[in-house]
Amino acid sequence: MASTAATSGGVPSVARRSRYMDRKSLVPLLLFLPPSVILFTVFVVLPMVDATTFSFFDWTGYGPITDFVGFDNYADVLTHRNWGTAVRNSLIAVAVSLAIQLPLAMWCALALSERGPAINILRTVFFLPFMLADVAAGLIWKFAYDGDYGIIPIVGHWLGVDTPYVLADKFWVMPAIMVVITWKYFGFHMMIYIAGLQSIPGEVIEAARLDGVKKWQIVRHIKLPMVRSAIVISVFFAITGALQLFDIILPLTNGGPSHASHTIVSFLYQFGILRMKLGFGGAVSVILFIACVAVALAYRRILFKVEQS
Amino acid sequence: MAAIDTATAAPAVAAVSPLPKRRRRPALSVFQWITMAVVALFVLVPLYTTVLGGFKEIGELRVNPFGFPASWDPVRFTEIFTGSKYFASMGNSLVIAVGTVILSIALSSMTAFAFAHIKFFGSKYLMGYLMLGLLFPAATGILPLFIKMRDLGMLDSQWGIIIVQAAFSISFSILLFYNFFKELPRELIDAARMDNCGYVKIYWYVTLPLCLPIIATVGVFNFVGSWNSFLLPLIVLNTDAKYTWPLGIMQFQGQYGSDWPRILAYLTLSLLPAVVAFLVAQRYIISGLTGGAVKG
Repeated sequence: MASTAATSGGVPSVARRSRYMDRKSLVPLLLFLPPSVILFTVFVVLPMVDATTFSFFDWTGYGPITDFVGFDNYADVLTHRNWGTAVRNSLIAVAVSLAIQLPLAMWCALALSERGPAINILRTVFFLPFMLADVAAGLIWKFAYDGDYGIIPIVGHWLGVDTPYVLADKFWVMPAIMVVITWKYFGFHMMIYIAGLQSIPGEVIEAARLDGVKKWQIVRHIKLPMVRSAIVISVFFAITGALQLFDIILPLTNGGPSHASHTIVSFLYQFGILRMKLGFGGAVSVILFIACVAVALAYRRILFKVEQS
Repeated sequence: MAAIDTATAAPAVAAVSPLPKRRRRPALSVFQWITMAVVALFVLVPLYTTVLGGFKEIGELRVNPFGFPASWDPVRFTEIFTGSKYFASMGNSLVIAVGTVILSIALSSMTAFAFAHIKFFGSKYLMGYLMLGLLFPAATGILPLFIKMRDLGMLDSQWGIIIVQAAFSISFSILLFYNFFKELPRELIDAARMDNCGYVKIYWYVTLPLCLPIIATVGVFNFVGSWNSFLLPLIVLNTDAKYTWPLGIMQFQGQYGSDWPRILAYLTLSLLPAVVAFLVAQRYIISGLTGGAVKG
């Protein structure tokens, strides 16, 4: 908001000097900028400011905010007995995304950036899960994992393996969720890589091939370096996506069994939002916000490079 | 978009290169084909069993998980179609998604136009401010957002969801429009300015007609995001009649517990619009969802 004020205030003095700036641009600016800026400020920026405020108070959501408690809410979050699990699970999601999902996506992209009818079909098939809502994906897999009727236990039985009811098992629940996440999102990252791979000029690959460079060497020394910006972007999406994992958790396990599969956001939902503990929830929000911004800032320079190129 | 276009052109160059046929290797090795087949099974089997499961009896699921159902009796599907909830929730989602798309495109294209074509003091900082939204997800601020919407009387309203979703998508949409506007020839704008054409008219008559591809991209991006969104409607809506389809499906699942055939039928019908839309508009959808990330 402060910036808009500065903008309109600065207009007359700059107007005389700049070639593109004249009185004519004042009306368009007043028409084009404020709607976005106001909407963004009210619904994106202010809530984060509010979250920070809430986190220092004990407030039920009604009446004036008066009960200042300092860092008590943060202490409550950090000592909550499910907080550690939630953070660990979110970090597992980040790790699995980076270590399994992205390499799988790249492997598929390397194969499917070639041409051919079968390849087009496969590309579509692999991208399909990403088009489905997280909730639907969660329910499809809840069925697949179902101990009585699901396909995983039945196949396990055929193979002579006694698969437990995975979603009710404290150990197996996280690997099971990770499978779903990989299923849902690898196609998205694959598409990013394919777009990158296909923008490599065909002559470069052809020249290397004529020089007798081996296939994996082409991948290692030409293709991967040339899709670096695509990798950077997809790593960023994978990390922030994993940090805000929620939609899949709720239909699959609702955080269970006995809170073993909570992520940071489902923890926030379960213990902050459902119980209307605003101070507690605010503290979780601030911690998550800091984590996301830290990741984003680490990436900022690379992101700007990609934007400008 | 550009990435995918140039890309499809690139292998064409390779195809006319003077390499003798016999020296060309097959595009994929056997090992690659095998892994692709495994991944395809991994992707398709859950979808396949979901679609077929809607036709099976509950006991059949256990003894015949992968085969065709004993009878193709569509009774569960017709039941859902004749019930009130399915079309109502689809309609609600459609209204919210279309509203979000229109609002988001209108606002972000105007703002991006100002950033790209009008020089003004502080434009860099204001753009940076609006890009803050790229740094953190909506889920982060969901609790204070709920309080804010309550105070503004926006709870349980579709408008509330539309406005908030547009606000959260605005950063990325502005970025997409901005990148596109920057690549339009500067002369176009200058020529119009010479003819004494105001910026508002330039925006409406010169720029907008040229940016249909990016409108499609931003539109698809916002539509899919809104169509599938769950957390915000979950928290904002509390009247059944206003439920979007992800909420409707959760409610349906809660209602029928482990009557899986019924739930699978409902799931299949909910996936259908997305899959059909995808097959029809695949090109725009892929560029809409990945195009912002990679520019060719």
